[in-house]
Amino acid sequence: MTRPTVELRPAHEPPGHRHRPWAEALLRPQFLALAAVLLVNWLLFPGFFTITWQDGRLFGSLIDVLNRGAPVAILAIGMTAVIATKGVDLSVGAVMAIAGAVAASMVVAGWPAGLAVLAALAVGLVCGLWNGVLVTVLQIQPIIATLVLMVAGRGLAQLVTEGSIVTFSDPLLIFIGTGSVLGLPTPVVIALSLMLCATLLVRRTALGLLIEAVGVNRSAARFAGIRASALLLLVYAFAGLCAAIAGLIVTGDIRGADANNAGLWLELDAILAVVIGGTSLLGGRFSIPMSVVGAMIIQAMNTGILISGFSPEFNLVVKSGVIIVILVLQSPMAASILQKRRIKGGRA
Amino acid sequence: MNRSLRPLLATATIFVLAYILAVAQFPGMLSTRVLGNFLTDNAFLGIAAVGMTFVILSGGIDLSVGAVIGFTTVLIAALVMWVGLHPLAAFGIALIVAAAFGAAMGAAIHYLQVPSFIVTLAGMFLARGAASVLSPDSIGIKHEFYTAISKSYILLPGGGRLTVIGMIMLAVFAVGILLAHRTRFGSNVYALGGSESSAALMGVPVARTTVLIYMLSSTLAGLAGVVFSLYTSAGYSLSALGVELDAIAAVVIGGTLLTGGYGLVAGTFIGVMLQGLVQTYIVFDGTLSSWWTKIVIGGLLFMFILLQRLVFTATPRRRKLAWKT
Repeated sequence: MTRPTVELRPAHEPPGHRHRPWAEALLRPQFLALAAVLLVNWLLFPGFFTITWQDGRLFGSLIDVLNRGAPVAILAIGMTAVIATKGVDLSVGAVMAIAGAVAASMVVAGWPAGLAVLAALAVGLVCGLWNGVLVTVLQIQPIIATLVLMVAGRGLAQLVTEGSIVTFSDPLLIFIGTGSVLGLPTPVVIALSLMLCATLLVRRTALGLLIEAVGVNRSAARFAGIRASALLLLVYAFAGLCAAIAGLIVTGDIRGADANNAGLWLELDAILAVVIGGTSLLGGRFSIPMSVVGAMIIQAMNTGILISGFSPEFNLVVKSGVIIVILVLQSPMAASILQKRRIKGGRA
Repeated sequence: MNRSLRPLLATATIFVLAYILAVAQFPGMLSTRVLGNFLTDNAFLGIAAVGMTFVILSGGIDLSVGAVIGFTTVLIAALVMWVGLHPLAAFGIALIVAAAFGAAMGAAIHYLQVPSFIVTLAGMFLARGAASVLSPDSIGIKHEFYTAISKSYILLPGGGRLTVIGMIMLAVFAVGILLAHRTRFGSNVYALGGSESSAALMGVPVARTTVLIYMLSSTLAGLAGVVFSLYTSAGYSLSALGVELDAIAAVVIGGTLLTGGYGLVAGTFIGVMLQGLVQTYIVFDGTLSSWWTKIVIGGLLFMFILLQRLVFTATPRRRKLAWKT
């Protein structure tokens, strides 16, 4: 009873998702799940799909789902890259808090907002690099390496804010959190453009293939001439950067940096979004857009539970149910049962 | 000297040095009163950390510990205050529920072949959610049994108090040490942490051991919930938030190798005490803010992970491979 460490792709299935017809892509279970959740929301709340134009921007429950889901979607983009290398980043929630704390404190101290945003992004990048160094140079398992920052990160964020919630009224930060671009909320625009850039970068260059190679077998990838360490550093730094962006959005949204609660448990939501999106936790197979769809499914469920009048805590039970269903479906046991059925069906 | 003892020795040395430094600054810290409070205040963490030690020794991780503690406190409060059960009966029911919960997680980890952190993550959501569904608000517990427990303690020389919950923690550590080093189950856990496939080939019942390990961890988390409920006389769905991280930190600081196979339950005890020392020092100092606890514990965690790396890199290549997985 050994657990497989490497999942080999069947030879007939090409890596990546090239030349896949749109119709087939839309029939994937994730899209069906999203449609089902949205449908339930619509049944509970008939005005769910109504979108209105008001004060130069779009309003409606659907836009709200996109807007509220943006931070988790952004985290999920970074997390996808990390999980594709067979790693995991538990520190993203804490990094969100640090980035928000840095930006808010700098703005309050009188620095220009643009500089504060850049500093927050730089801090996120540094946090990601720290994780990357632990994973590559010191060769610590990712879950433990990022645990260090998860434990210490909130303390550092509180150190920056000196324990209080730093509130501000800076227009740029508030714009990042609650503004709108071409009628769409800024967080949605940021998440969408990040998703497009990241997807193009990994699928139109060899980067995605290299990441998958490292995820399947790091030693083999290194022997094949891939600079695995540099790639891992890059991936963790990217996850840190994504966390900083999400942190800026959350901070701008509440117009204050709350070191205790900003991004609390969002790392778990991000991991869940990635898993729902079909990225293998064993590395080597990933899709950034599908992770974003996963984040949207989670947010649509959140919104549905809220508008149906259940307490928000009920969400946790639903989420755990979703994880259990996915795990059962993805498990080798389910695969072997399906296979047996197919063989039996073939003989009969 | 046995290589696996080196991290433990380092932890013990650091604890003694830190304690001496703290006493040099605040002579008041060298008293049985402070030591007694150490045990009482960290009892729930210690009990949970014993379970976590077994999980980490086997090469897994249990993120659901804090949530199980929170759920148990709410369940006990609901059973005592709403149903009117005697607290002891409520404790029994809570422990059985926690054990069943852990067994289910262990079975999922083994039979679905999923990484333990994702299963226990689902467990964490489920336990926290179930606790909130049971009661989103804090329920105070008023029962003569609770007042009796909180009033009973053994007076130590020097005015210190060894409370009932402190004694429970010491007993759990004693049983944990026996279980890890003197029973077949303990050997199986170590074997599983060393290499699962080798353990299976040697005839270790992998399925049963995995289920038992997570059952043990959740049961002890349930017991930690009982202790937490006695400690605070209340049940709240958000209590013990993040205790799983403290427990993991205590286990690592106590010298248990995170890849499994090496470590001692006794080390975890020192890890818990070291965390308690940091907190007590910050309270004594008065000028340091509470967030320094998190930073110092994060720093200690990092230091010990680094130490493990150094100790186990200076060994034959075979050992090194275990780290590269």
